[in-house]
Amino acid sequence: MTVAIFLTAESRILIQGITGSEGRKHGARMLAAGATVVGGTNPRKAGQTIELNGSSVPVFGTVAETMAATGADVSVIFVPETGTKAAVMEAIDAEIPLAAVITEGIPVHDTAEFWAHACAKGNKTRIIGPNCPGIASPGKSNAGIIPADITPEGRIGLVSKSGTLTYQMMYELRDIGFSTAVGIGGDPIIGTTHIDCLQAFQDDPETSAIVMIGEIGGDAEERAAAFIEKNVTKPVVGYVAGFTAPEGKTMGHAGAIISGSSGTAQAKKEALEKAGVRVGKTPSETAALAREAIRNL
Amino acid sequence: MDLFEYQAKELFALYGVPVPKDKVADTADEAREIASAFAAEGMSKVVVKAQVKTGGRGKAGGVKLADGADDAYAKARDIIGMDIKGHTVHRVLIAEATDIKAEYYLSYLLDRASRTFLAICSVEGGVEIEEVAHTNPEAIARVPIDPLAGVDHAKALEIVRAGRIPPEAEEGAALLAERLWAVFTDEDATLTEVNPVVLTPDGKVLALDGKVTLDDNAAFRQDHERFADIAAADPLEARAKEKHLNYVKLDGEVGIIGNGAGLVMSTLDVVAYAGEDLGGKKPANFLDIGGGASAEVMANGLEIVLSDPAVKSVFVNVFGGITACDAVANGIVSAVGLLGEQGKPVDRPIVVRLDGNKATEGRQILRDAALPVVEQVDTMDGAARRAAELAASGAKGA
Repeated sequence: MTVAIFLTAESRILIQGITGSEGRKHGARMLAAGATVVGGTNPRKAGQTIELNGSSVPVFGTVAETMAATGADVSVIFVPETGTKAAVMEAIDAEIPLAAVITEGIPVHDTAEFWAHACAKGNKTRIIGPNCPGIASPGKSNAGIIPADITPEGRIGLVSKSGTLTYQMMYELRDIGFSTAVGIGGDPIIGTTHIDCLQAFQDDPETSAIVMIGEIGGDAEERAAAFIEKNVTKPVVGYVAGFTAPEGKTMGHAGAIISGSSGTAQAKKEALEKAGVRVGKTPSETAALAREAIRNL
Repeated sequence: MDLFEYQAKELFALYGVPVPKDKVADTADEAREIASAFAAEGMSKVVVKAQVKTGGRGKAGGVKLADGADDAYAKARDIIGMDIKGHTVHRVLIAEATDIKAEYYLSYLLDRASRTFLAICSVEGGVEIEEVAHTNPEAIARVPIDPLAGVDHAKALEIVRAGRIPPEAEEGAALLAERLWAVFTDEDATLTEVNPVVLTPDGKVLALDGKVTLDDNAAFRQDHERFADIAAADPLEARAKEKHLNYVKLDGEVGIIGNGAGLVMSTLDVVAYAGEDLGGKKPANFLDIGGGASAEVMANGLEIVLSDPAVKSVFVNVFGGITACDAVANGIVSAVGLLGEQGKPVDRPIVVRLDGNKATEGRQILRDAALPVVEQVDTMDGAARRAAELAASGAKGA
């Protein structure tokens, strides 16, 4: 039986960059959240173990070695931006099924290269991110930096470009709970898209309704709207951030920029509403719409 | 970061993209000197081009042909100081005048939808490419580029042939395309555009104009700072950048501090909605303090936000995910103290909304501190409304 999307209670997680401060901190948090963290990589510290949240976690030289020794099938990547491309390439070469790239500030040429590499290798590795909070299936597993204690498991699937808005929405709807929350990141090139998540939530029997959070820049929300119209029968509620953002200014995320008349929040909202998606004006109004959608099922 | 034409052409020259001889001038006197030196080399006709980061400068009168040094001086004098779509012209480029037989278009850019790079090439150049896309879409070739394979001579030929560039210009255009790709990748650009690429009567192919956007995320391996337009930067944005704060100046009255780009963008919207029926109170800035909510970061953030005289109230909106709200609360208390010690006491109300990780502890810390300038509201919508109200009443009082 399918439980949640992409990440389940059976997921076995490795951390690339496990000995760095981010890797250690979030490795411990993942373990505390009940995730199965089986190992990590650092070529210079292979053979050692690292203490995380009271467990001894083995450190290996490569992703392939970690997978062979531990049966890991998910990688969470904290390697700093100067080495992120090589780390993702390595995960792809090892054919790990899922890689969440948490690192922010990656040059888009590097992302384009590792994405091209993933495609050339037949997309055996699902990439989430980069510059994202990762993925959490509450009560089951947690791969990344999404806090585990905001919400219990439940019937809402969430896909979002923004980290803190993900947390805010999980908090608003903690009375209902979430099957899976995926933070796909706000960079111009990302691995897993809104559409990938919408399809997976549509297919997931544990998800009854979907909340989709977008923001200014690009046309991913417009494409998602077209996809929803054709392929999604479950109720979808949307939120778009950046109505007041001026043209030509990058708002925090590298991809969050309005260029000329394209990428505006208004255009995204209209496209979503045309596809039958109810779009909230604020996060709390969006949560109210989601609650109503669940009630009407 | 968008570059000026003269900066783009500096890069082009560095990578062997053929460009006409040119030099940048800050004053009309400099323009005269440059034109005079060019004339001594046999190039008496020059083009004086306004350097602004916007399109349509030709139509606005920002590009003029000049004959000789005195004429270059006169044209430069007219153009420097001009306003083109809100951009003031501070510099002009003096370029040797080029005889034009035909004009083409070539660019490399990031294609978000297909998650790769794209070459766009057209036999119709010298006009807005969006216009060509509208009137004659078949004249535009869009060729996907594999980022791992790049553009070699064979690929470059494929691009220019797809763009229907005629055989007489094919080799020159392919060479230009190959070298422009080197600029695109080696400089971590997200756009390199040449419009027009020109064919001269003697068969040369040159980049007559240039537009380049560089990826800010590549700062760790590129020296892009040398292109920074310090003069044009908003002084508050420049100061914030020095303190590693992600701050964008806007034109409202409610100062905004929050954590996470998405939540801060959302905060701006929620404040603007709340302000609609309060005389149109709007957010004064975007400021994402990220996970760092230390007293120092909060003090720096508050200091920058309050330096904007238009700010009548401040809204601190934090959802503690990884960030702990008790640390944020301590940061606010210390920041208010710090600013007082620095002789810049906080003189406008701060509305704080804390939720998530350690919110109970954070709220208690603020209650215990009982700072007269700090007011807590439990929800994001409620706090936005309160901050807008305070901005409205503050504006009336002032």
